Amino acid sequence: MTQTSTVAPTEILVPDVTTSVDSTRRRERLAQLMFIVPAALVLLALFGYPIVKNVVMSLQAYDLRTFFTGEAPFVGLANYVEVMSSRLFSRAMVNTALFTVGSIVGQFVIGMALAVFFRKKFPLSGTLRALLLLPWLLPMIASSAAWRAILEQDSGILNKTLRGMGLIDSPIPWLTSPSVALVAVIMVNIWIGIPFNVTLLYSGLQDIPEELYEAGALDGATGWKAFWHITLPNLRAVVSVVLVLGVVYTLKVLDIILGLTHGGPANATQTLATQSYERSFVDFEFGQGAALSNVLIVISLVFALVYLRVNRRAIED
Amino acid sequence: MERRLLGATALASVALALAGCGADRGVAQDPNARVTTLSILDYYNNQPDKTLVQAGLDTCATKLGVTLSREVVPGADLISKILQRASSDTLPDVMMVDNPEVKQIAAAGALAPLGDYGVTADGFAPGIVDATSLDGKLYGLAPVVNTIALMYNTEMLAEAGIAPPTTWAELRDAAKKLTTPDHYGIAFSANATYEGSWQFLPAMWTNGGDETDLKSPQVAEALQLWTDLVNQGSASRSVLNWTQGDVKDQFVAGKAAMMLNGPWQFPALDKFPDLKWSVATFPVNRPGQTVTTPLGGEAWTVPITGKPASQRVAAQFVACLNSPEQQMEFARTRFAVPTRTDLLPQFAAEVPSMAAFTKQVATARARTGKLSTSWPKAATAMYTAIQLALTDQSTPAEAFRQADES
Repeated sequence: MTQTSTVAPTEILVPDVTTSVDSTRRRERLAQLMFIVPAALVLLALFGYPIVKNVVMSLQAYDLRTFFTGEAPFVGLANYVEVMSSRLFSRAMVNTALFTVGSIVGQFVIGMALAVFFRKKFPLSGTLRALLLLPWLLPMIASSAAWRAILEQDSGILNKTLRGMGLIDSPIPWLTSPSVALVAVIMVNIWIGIPFNVTLLYSGLQDIPEELYEAGALDGATGWKAFWHITLPNLRAVVSVVLVLGVVYTLKVLDIILGLTHGGPANATQTLATQSYERSFVDFEFGQGAALSNVLIVISLVFALVYLRVNRRAIED
Repeated sequence: MERRLLGATALASVALALAGCGADRGVAQDPNARVTTLSILDYYNNQPDKTLVQAGLDTCATKLGVTLSREVVPGADLISKILQRASSDTLPDVMMVDNPEVKQIAAAGALAPLGDYGVTADGFAPGIVDATSLDGKLYGLAPVVNTIALMYNTEMLAEAGIAPPTTWAELRDAAKKLTTPDHYGIAFSANATYEGSWQFLPAMWTNGGDETDLKSPQVAEALQLWTDLVNQGSASRSVLNWTQGDVKDQFVAGKAAMMLNGPWQFPALDKFPDLKWSVATFPVNRPGQTVTTPLGGEAWTVPITGKPASQRVAAQFVACLNSPEQQMEFARTRFAVPTRTDLLPQFAAEVPSMAAFTKQVATARARTGKLSTSWPKAATAMYTAIQLALTDQSTPAEAFRQADES
C-alpha cells in the first residue's frame, strides 16, 4: 500500500481487499466458533449428558450397589415394565393430569384477572403488584410448611376462619381425606403459580395500544366485549407461552407435594414426579426412577414442541 | 484478546471439571503407615446432639492420638452424601449409618467387617447386633439406642382420674376419656413415610404380628387399634400427616394428653417447665404379651477405603466409641439407652426418666432383623395399609391385602 508510484491505486487495492476480506472472514468465523464451542460444551455437559445418562440408567439395574461396585447390568425395558405395570402408575398419571390441568386453569384465570385489574392505575397499585410476587420469592420448602400449618384440620387457621364465619359446620379435612387432598395441593400450587402468570400477562397487556380500546369503545366494545375481542386476541402469543411453560413447570412439581402430603393420604396425591422421586431416593431403585422421569420428560417434550410451534407461528404473524 | 481468553478459560474449566471426576484414585497406603487423621461423616447436625457427639469423638481421638476432620450433614442428606462419596472413592474413615440402613450398605460391599480388626459385639443387646450384622459378620456398632413408648401429660391424666393404660382396652378407654373439646386423648404419627411404619411397630410386634406375614390377624388387630383411636375421635385424623416432631408439638401445645414418641424429644419437652409429663411402657393387647418395640439409633461403621492402616485405626476408634464409659456418657447426655446389657441396671438407676425406655430396649427388635435388605418393601406396604385403613378406604383386615396389590 505504501508503494504508490505508477500503478493505479484501484488495481492494487482490489486483490488486497479480497485477501483482507478473506482473513477477516476467517477470523470472524473463528471468533464465532470460540463463542459457540464453550456454550455447546456446556450444553452437552449440563443438558446432553444427564439426558443420555438418564436414558441409559433407565435400561440398567441401577441401585444402591451400583455406587459402590460400579456394576449396573443392562436389563432392557424391565424398569419400564416394572413402573408401568404398577397399580400406582395409572393413579399417578391421572393425578398428574388433574394436578396439571387444575393448577394451570386456576393460575391462568386468577393471573389474568389480576393482570387486567392492575392495568388500571390506582394508589398503591405498584406496591400491591410487587407484593403479589411474594409467593415466588419464598423458598418452596418454607411455603409448603406454612401451608401445612394453615391447612391443618383441627387447629389450622383456614378451617378456624371458615368456621368462625359460619361457612362450614365441621372442619374440612384438607390434607387428610383422599378426596380433598389433591384439591388442597392444587390450591397451594395455584397460589405459587399466580405471580408467574400475572407478571407475564401484565407485561403482555402493556403492549396492547390504548387506541384499540378507544376505537373499540366507539363501536360499543367495552367491558367483557373489549376483553374478548381486543385483549385476548392481542395477547395470544403471551398466553400460549404462559400456558405451555406453566404445563412444563407444573408437571415436574415435587417439593410442594412432598412438603404437604408426601403423596398421601393413601396415595391420593401421588404424581409421576413423586413416584419417580420415591423410587430413586427412597427405594434407591435409580433405574426405575429414571424410567419414570423419562416418561415425564417425553410428556414435557410434547408440550415443548407445541410451544415452539406456537411461538414460530406467533413470530410469523 | 479478551474474547479469546474468555473462550479459553471456559474450555479449560470444562476440561478441569471432567478431569476432577476421576481424581483421588490409586496411590495405595502402606499398611504400616502412621495414621494421624481420621475423617468422619455423620448426621448429628442439631444441637445439643452435635456438640455432645463431638465430645465423645474428641475423647476417642485423644486416646488414639489422631486428629479428626468431621463432616456433619442433615439426616435426609446422609445417604445421598454416602453414595456421592462412594462413587468418587472418597468415603470417610469412620461413617455413621442409621441402623436399618447398615445391612443395605454392607450388602453393597461398602463396609469392612469389624471382626477383621478384632472388634466384637460381645455383651451387646442382641436386637441391635442383629441390625448391624449381615451373614454373620458385624459391620457396625451402635453405642446407644432408643425406642418409642407412651408419653403422657401427668396433669391431664390426674384431672381425669386415669392411670397410664397397660392394655389396649385401657388405652382405648383412657384415650376416649381424655378427649375434650380442647384436646385429643392421644397423638401418634401415621404418615405416608417409614416414620408411620416405625410408629406402628410397637402395636404390631407386641400383638405377635410379623413383617414376614403382614396379612395375619395379629397385624390386622394392631391396625384395628389405630383405626379405633381415630374413628372414636380420640386421635385427630391429622395423624395421617403428622411427623413425630408434629406429634411432639401437639403434646407440648396441650392438644394431646398422650403421645407415642421417643426420648430424643426430652430436650425439646424440657424447654417447657410448665409441662408435666411422664413415660409408660407401650400397652399390651392381652395380658402375658411381651412389649416389643422397634430399635432406633445409629451405628458407627468403617467403610472400605483401600487404606489398610486407616481402616485399622478407624475400627479401634469405633470400638472406643462403644466402650462402657463412652456408652454411659452418650446415654446420660443424649437420652438414649446403652447397648451393653450389663450397663442397663446402673443406667436405669441413674436416669429414672429413661426407665420405661430402658425396660423396652431389653426386648426391642431391629426393623431389618428378619427381612434384612427387603425391609423397605415391607415398611412401604405397612404405611400404605395404615393410610388406607385410616382414610376408610379399606378395613384393617383388608388393608394389607390391598396395599400389597398397589
